[in-house]
Amino acid sequence: MSTPFYVSPQQAMADRAEYARKGIARGRSLVVLQYADGIVFVGENPSRALHKFSEIYDRIGFAAAGKYNEYENLRIGGVRYADLRGYTYDRDDVTARGLANVYAQTLGTIFSSAAEKPYEVELVVAEVGETPEGDQIYRLPHDGSIVDEHGSVAVGGSAEQISGFLDREHQEGMSLAEALKLAVRALSRDTNGTEREIPAERLEVAVLDRTRPQSRKFKRIVGRQLARLLETGGASTEAESSEEE
Amino acid sequence: MDFLSEHQPEILPGNRQLPPTQGVIEAPHGTTIVAVTFPGGVVLAGDRRATMGNVIAQRDIEKVFPADEYSAVGIAGTAGLAVEMVKLFQLELEHFEKVEGAQLSLEGKANRLSTMIRSNLGMAMQGLAVVPLFAGFDVDRDKGRIFSYDVTGGRSEEHGFAATGSGSIFARGAMKKLFHDGLTEAEATTLVVQALYDAADDDSATGGPDVARRIYPIVTVITEDGFRRLTDEEGSEIARAILERRLERPDGPRAALL
Repeated sequence: MSTPFYVSPQQAMADRAEYARKGIARGRSLVVLQYADGIVFVGENPSRALHKFSEIYDRIGFAAAGKYNEYENLRIGGVRYADLRGYTYDRDDVTARGLANVYAQTLGTIFSSAAEKPYEVELVVAEVGETPEGDQIYRLPHDGSIVDEHGSVAVGGSAEQISGFLDREHQEGMSLAEALKLAVRALSRDTNGTEREIPAERLEVAVLDRTRPQSRKFKRIVGRQLARLLETGGASTEAESSEEE
Repeated sequence: MDFLSEHQPEILPGNRQLPPTQGVIEAPHGTTIVAVTFPGGVVLAGDRRATMGNVIAQRDIEKVFPADEYSAVGIAGTAGLAVEMVKLFQLELEHFEKVEGAQLSLEGKANRLSTMIRSNLGMAMQGLAVVPLFAGFDVDRDKGRIFSYDVTGGRSEEHGFAATGSGSIFARGAMKKLFHDGLTEAEATTLVVQALYDAADDDSATGGPDVARRIYPIVTVITEDGFRRLTDEEGSEIARAILERRLERPDGPRAALL
């Protein structure tokens, strides 16, 4: 029987992190931004069926970059966690913080267990509050840490570059159309500084809208409404969101 | 529900063992629920009374709940169990929608409710039955549909109108005489309140409109725009209009003889 090579724990962890980061970087980036009436999720996604963003609970949304089957697994786990909590206690007792902790535990355990390969995913869990101050956005990298974000966050391929751009450009109290256009501008910047066009049908957009009358605040923005938001100025967003109801 | 039965079976309503009891367990019971379809949707309504034996347990109980955006459940039977069943049913529909990314078909929802009623059969044998009425707008067929159930979970689709609960015999009689295929939404909402009035007239367990306390039946409408519960003002307006006419003719509108 051959003796296995000695690998120092630091080296093993660094290798695993490298592996996960490379996997995540292969996917397209996505951004999550706060705007005046909630939180908007924007990403480039050629598929209509495989969503990067989804609803977890009334006020909680989920975004993921990386390997589809792995984050889908985590998403379903999150929906189960939230629904079970809400049924056992009350709908108000399901919070993004609780959910982010569960995800962090799961990702952390998988990352440091030698028997499994690390998940190549990076998640964002966002909860929309009654006011912009109540909004919470958590970013969960592949290793199970939690980063509390404000204003804007980007994950995926060229996340660092995009979030640098967003930090400079993002302002509080933007309208949905403004935030959406900023997000598209951020996503369409290539690493070498040139811009490319992302057509509306390749965009996946969803919002957690605190002004929605229903208790479930998550809504996908598709088709005509998306096209209108992308071409119009910020002024007409009010009319559009009310029309959609 | 499948997930719950694997992981936390103790919180499912149907999974409790009851000790053997003598006679019937006294618990609040909900009474009459009625539903009527009209072109473009369906109306589901319920009275507000819960009884416990000969005592009125609650005057303002709510027995009609939205199940999801396009369907609603009205409950008759043991109130505590029924409310919990509805809560689980709502959760299942929402959970399915989030996980699968699509809504269950109306048939699928009706079947799911059927399974849940059947799981309560043990309790039903001891007098704690739950018999709901399920109504929804079928987006595939573009019309309102009603499903009624029995204690064993047997499901049957009702065409036109249906009623469940202790006053259902009287309510059904009233609806039979008033119903026709071309009702408008406003006529359908009036019809259900008339039927509930007639049920309350002859069944002691069904509550009529309570003008003094301003407690009126809950009326909900489901159309392609989704579920909508009539506001208190709209509900009281219908009930008051009916009361006004009943002052002249206490038995309600008269149907043609031939």
